[in-house]
Amino acid sequence: MQILQLKETVAFMSFRKIAMVFSTLLIIAAIVSLSTNKLNFGLDFTGGTLIEVGFEEAADLQKLRKLMEDNGHDDAKVQFYGSSRDVVIRLGLREDVKAEMLGNEILSILESGTGQKVDMRRIEFVGASVGDELAEQGGLAMLTALICILVYVAFRFEWRFAVGSVIALFHDVLLTLGLFSILGLEFDLTVLAAILAVIGYSLNDTIVVSDRIRENFRKIREGSAEEIINISLTQTLSRTFITSITTLLVLAALFFKGGALIHGFSTALLFGVFVGTYSSIYVASLVALALGISKEDLIPEVIDKEGADQDEMMMP
Amino acid sequence: MLNKYPLWKTLMVALIVAIGALYATPNLFPDDYAVQVSGLRGVEANAATLDTIKANLERENIEFFSLVLDKGQVLTRFKTAEAQLKARDILDDNLGKQYSVALNLTPATPTWLSGIGGTPMKLGLDLSGGVSFLMEVNMKEAINKAKLGMVADFRGDLRNERIRYRSVKESGDGIVVKFRKIEDLEQAQPLLKKRYRNILLNTDEDTLTLTAQMTEVKLKEIREYALQQNITIIRNRVNELGVAEPLVQRQGKKHIVIELPGVQDTAKAKEILNATATIEFRLVDTEGDIGAALNGRVPASSILLTDKDGKPSLLKKRIMLTGDHITDAKSGFDEYSRPQVNISLDSAGGSKMSNGTKSNIGKPMATVFIEYKPTEKRDVEGNIIFEKVQEVISVATIQSRLGKSFRITGAGSQAEAHNLALLLRAGALIAPITIVEERTVGPTLGAENVQLGFQAIMMGFALVFVFMIIYYRAFGIVANFALGANLVLIVGVMSMIPGATLTLPGMAGIVLTVGMAVDANVLIFERIREEIREGKTIQQAIHQGYEAAFSTIIDANITTLIAALILFAVGTGPVKGFAVTLSIGIITSMFTSVVGSRTIVNALWGGKHLKKLSI
Repeated sequence: MQILQLKETVAFMSFRKIAMVFSTLLIIAAIVSLSTNKLNFGLDFTGGTLIEVGFEEAADLQKLRKLMEDNGHDDAKVQFYGSSRDVVIRLGLREDVKAEMLGNEILSILESGTGQKVDMRRIEFVGASVGDELAEQGGLAMLTALICILVYVAFRFEWRFAVGSVIALFHDVLLTLGLFSILGLEFDLTVLAAILAVIGYSLNDTIVVSDRIRENFRKIREGSAEEIINISLTQTLSRTFITSITTLLVLAALFFKGGALIHGFSTALLFGVFVGTYSSIYVASLVALALGISKEDLIPEVIDKEGADQDEMMMP
Repeated sequence: MLNKYPLWKTLMVALIVAIGALYATPNLFPDDYAVQVSGLRGVEANAATLDTIKANLERENIEFFSLVLDKGQVLTRFKTAEAQLKARDILDDNLGKQYSVALNLTPATPTWLSGIGGTPMKLGLDLSGGVSFLMEVNMKEAINKAKLGMVADFRGDLRNERIRYRSVKESGDGIVVKFRKIEDLEQAQPLLKKRYRNILLNTDEDTLTLTAQMTEVKLKEIREYALQQNITIIRNRVNELGVAEPLVQRQGKKHIVIELPGVQDTAKAKEILNATATIEFRLVDTEGDIGAALNGRVPASSILLTDKDGKPSLLKKRIMLTGDHITDAKSGFDEYSRPQVNISLDSAGGSKMSNGTKSNIGKPMATVFIEYKPTEKRDVEGNIIFEKVQEVISVATIQSRLGKSFRITGAGSQAEAHNLALLLRAGALIAPITIVEERTVGPTLGAENVQLGFQAIMMGFALVFVFMIIYYRAFGIVANFALGANLVLIVGVMSMIPGATLTLPGMAGIVLTVGMAVDANVLIFERIREEIREGKTIQQAIHQGYEAAFSTIIDANITTLIAALILFAVGTGPVKGFAVTLSIGIITSMFTSVVGSRTIVNALWGGKHLKKLSI
């Protein structure tokens, strides 16, 4: 079977103006949202207490909120989690020393208040300092990943490709963060992990495309850089689509079957795979082209200087 | 011939997959219900313990099918959960305080498998249920205490050497000593320099002051010591909790991770972790009548305490020294290679000890360990009531007048000396710790997570399987075999690596690897199709397809691996689990989709005259 049967080369690069405008608009939207809406950081980063409980029958959120207020927890956020019988209660950081005892306290309030048997599903408490450290570490991890990748790609390919792929990665990370900001989805540790996986995936795609561009620059004698990039993108398009499909298939499985705990994770990846595929076609190649990639840059220089094969001698 | 592997290569691929499969098999066996009995504070379970357990179980008619003594622990396996619970209660009641009895789920790995090192994957807390704590050591306090100790030591040293000073005070990040006369300053400087390592001494002759600053080395030493000490103390306490496989580990510079699988009552766990312990030295009351004391007639100036075996000692009520004066305690050997414990005290402690022992040479002195243990009872306000537990941990004869540092010999075995040193140090916790993070996962959520993760993996697999067969037909089946082998290898490698833990995000990592691992095969197959379109022969097309795609696959995977490894380095807990499966998955998938699928392709189609290829 064959989904894409392309006889003609698709002139990808002739759409570059549209793509550039499109990407720029999206990035601006992401930046605006990130600076106004901010990210809805999860417990891992903000610190505080989270209690997930399961009731025997559907829970009445209004009643639970009232119960929390009556017991002096005015800041409690009560929400359903996955189903109407599962409820998550979030509490901010407390000044008082016994903060780590809060979880158990809430649990007993719920049991006595509702008269139902409450199933403790999970309690998480994160202190303030931990969250700060984590945010710092997470940001650092992303930067380190990008730098290491930049170095590797520059070493294996050419600096123009390296810059192109890293800009593509920035693009993907920024847009995924933007999506989380616009939709107000919770940004926790698993989402951070997903974004690093997006970096991995998008890069995978970009490398495949760049590899083919390099190969074609060496193989095809005629044609401008733009033409060769178009040919390469057309040749790899089929593979790009199929890999995206299989990855999206497993992510869909994860999204629908994996449970509420990794919803954020699969959402970030689902979106990331989309933008990653797009960015490897348009952003990475476009940047390399804009930076003036040419045949000469990719054909290995034949060093054959006179005396190059002789050992060097040094006068004392 | 093109596309033919030599036999050895085919066999090697088969062998690697077979080894992976072999080490993956322990995961197929369900866990046994078990009860684990281990000794506390240096006591080890032995053959006698085993007999007691056996007798207890037989008396109560509890059926068990295996009873083994291993590494100082007795493990009993049961057929049912009811038998397990009943056995725990009975053993807990009958074995006494020096043993901890814990419920455990033990892998039912057959002996031939465990014999070659086969174990199932370790499940993370989000899958097994349980609680994890992150505790932070208060380093500021540790350094403060060290500074205060040094102030007292300086004073003592100067006084002993009869060097007069105006004041010794701590200030900012150092200690300032003021003198009245220049001679005193000149005398003090070399003395302090000689006695204290890793200290920077500065003298100011105009103001007659000497400032001492701890060097970075010294500060690091203090921090390191505070962390290590807290870890040893927490280990000791965690053992008392009766948890089957607890984990106490340092994380970074000032954090300690504690994982307690299966623990639900986090309140009790927290009370125990926060409990305080202390040490007291008392003289043994040699004049009092111990027999009378045992019958309830304890002399007014004495108290009656027992050691861990229940042996009573009559001790003086007056406390000679409290544990907060202990600055260090180490186990070692004396000149006759007998185990001993070296104890260092601060200056104040040294003079107290010296005063207390000078008129009591030849008399026995007891070390008492005091711990506040939480009980099941609560007071009116709902706070847990603590019970003061006092235990004699050593009785030794005072050989001479003791000072700032002394030693206790005759502590028994080396293990006992080590343990005594540990308990002595516990009496002088130098830096307080606080819980900065807690994650509890209930058993239902854990079981649910396992199920969800498993379903997601199976569904993802099925979708990719079907898609590949529709799209690539016969080659799709080959890719699916490679994918299956990849899953087996991931599980096999995860089971083989001792530190690897499977978490829910880790399962997500496996799912993701499944989706991404086919990429290598897609690359190869698309290339083969291209080559065929270009008019190459079938054999050449297969050969070219694999060759040309290889470097792309390597580059693409290495970059993903970089991202995964960085995630591994900075991630903790569940996220680390994701990085682990992702990294392992990337490596195994390169093997299965390039070498593995080639082996099958070569065996099926290699070297034959083909007109068409089912791709």
